[in-house]
Amino acid sequence: MSAVKVGVLALQGDVREHRQVLESLGVEVRQVRLAAELEGLAGLVIPGGESTTMSRLIQRFDLMGPLQDAFAGGLAALTTCAGTILAAREIRDGLPDQVRLELLDIVVRRNAFGRQRESAEVLLEIPAVGEEPVPVAFIRAPAIEEVGAGVEVLASYRGEPAAVRQGRHLALTFHPEITGEPRLHRLFLSGL
Amino acid sequence: MSQNGHVETGTARVKRGLAEMLKGGVIMDVVTPDQAEIAQEAGAVAVMALERVPADIRAQGGVARMSDPSLIKAIMGAVSIPVMAKCRIGHFVEAQILEALGIDYIDESEVLTPADEENHVDKWQFKIPFVCGARNLGEALRRISEGAAMIRTKGEAGTGDVVEAVRHMRSVSQGIRRLQGLRGDELASAAKELGASLELVREVAATGKLPVVNFSAGGIATPADAALMMQLGCDGNFVGSGIFKSGDPLRRAKAIVQATTYFDKPEILAEVSEGLGEPMVGISSRSLRPEELLAGRGI
Repeated sequence: MSAVKVGVLALQGDVREHRQVLESLGVEVRQVRLAAELEGLAGLVIPGGESTTMSRLIQRFDLMGPLQDAFAGGLAALTTCAGTILAAREIRDGLPDQVRLELLDIVVRRNAFGRQRESAEVLLEIPAVGEEPVPVAFIRAPAIEEVGAGVEVLASYRGEPAAVRQGRHLALTFHPEITGEPRLHRLFLSGL
Repeated sequence: MSQNGHVETGTARVKRGLAEMLKGGVIMDVVTPDQAEIAQEAGAVAVMALERVPADIRAQGGVARMSDPSLIKAIMGAVSIPVMAKCRIGHFVEAQILEALGIDYIDESEVLTPADEENHVDKWQFKIPFVCGARNLGEALRRISEGAAMIRTKGEAGTGDVVEAVRHMRSVSQGIRRLQGLRGDELASAAKELGASLELVREVAATGKLPVVNFSAGGIATPADAALMMQLGCDGNFVGSGIFKSGDPLRRAKAIVQATTYFDKPEILAEVSEGLGEPMVGISSRSLRPEELLAGRGI
C-alpha cells in the first residue's frame, strides 16, 4: 500500500502542530501554499489561525478555484477553528467578502464565545473516538450555530455542535492538535 | 455522566495557543480605528493598539505610557481580529487595566518608558497572555520564566532599520544551537551563564526550540525585511511604524502579509515588492546615541 498523502494548508496558522500529529501517525505530510501542491493529495487539513488572513491570501493568489476543483475531485478536509470557518456554507460576524469553501452544510459564527479571556482547555466527550474524554483547546473559538440535514454532530460545547462530519469532511471548532491529541486525526485518516 | 466536566481558562496552553494561531502572520501597529480596519483588510492576524507608533515616540520624546482605554476600546470595536496593547515594563497596574478591558494579548514593551528597572510584571498572575521582547536566549528564557506566552525580538523599534532584529533573531537561534551541542552535565553551568532556569534550559536543549512562539519585531519596513526574518527562523512578524509611516499603507501592509507567507519564494517576493510607493524614511540605528536605544531596556 502506498503511503497516504495529506496536505496542510500553510498560508498561516498552526501548521506545525498539525504536521506533528499527522507525522506521529505515520502519514506523509505536504505543506500547501500553491495550487500545484494540491495534486495527488487524499486529504487536506485547514488549520487554526486567522480566517480573514487565510481568506485574503486565497483571494490574492487565486487558490479558490483550485481548492474547489480538488474538493470536487474527492479531496477530504479536516478543519480546525479558522479552517472550519472557511469550510462553512455561511459565516456570521465575518468580513463581507470572506471566502467560503462550502464543504459542509453548517453556519458558523466567528469568535462566538468572546475574546481571548474566554479561551479554554476542555475535556470534551467525543464518543465517535472512544470513551475517554479528549483534551482540546477552544481559542477565540467559533461556534456551529446551524447544521443541515446531512451533517452528523460528533460533539458539543456550551450547547452548540463543536465537531461535525458530513461525508468525508470533518470540521472542528477547537484544536486537538495543540494538545498533541491524535484521535480526531486518526478518525479523519480512517475515512481516506 | 456530566458532559465536558472540565473547563479551564487562562492556562499556559491557551495563552501559548493563541500565539500558535498567529504564526505565519503579521501583527500591525495601529493608532486609530480606521488604521485597524485597513490592517484587517490587508490580512493582518492581529493589531497592536497604540496612541503613537514607535517612530513618533522616538521623535516626540517624553514619557511613553499605556494608551488611553477609550482608544483601545474603539479599536477593539472596529475589528474582529485579535487586539493587543502595550504596558510599560514592570507596570502591573497598566497590565491589570488592559486585562480588565478584555484585550487579547499584552505586550510588556521596551518601546514604552519602563516603570521598573529591576522587575518585569509577574505574568503568571494574569489570565491574558503576554508577549515580551528579547535580544538573546537568556532574556527570552527569563521572560518565559516570568510567564510570557510569546517572545519577539526587540530589534530597534521606530527606526525602519532591520539590523537589530536580525542580530537578536540570530542571537536567540545561536544560543539554542549552542545548548543542543552541550552534554547534560554542562547545562547547569550554561543556565547560570544565561541567567535562566535549568529546567527551561534542559527543555530547550532537548527540543531545539523555545517553548513559545518567537516573532520578529523592531525595524521591519519592507516585504523583503519580513521574508528575511522568516528565513532566519522566526514564526511571524510585528510591523510597527513601517506600515502607517509609509506612502501607501494598505498596499504595503498587503505586500508584507504576502511576503510573510511566501517568504521562501523569491519570484513571489519580487512581484509583491513592486510599486509600493515610499517606504518610511527611517533612521540608521548606528546613528542613535546609546541613550536613544530602546533595546537595552528591561533585560
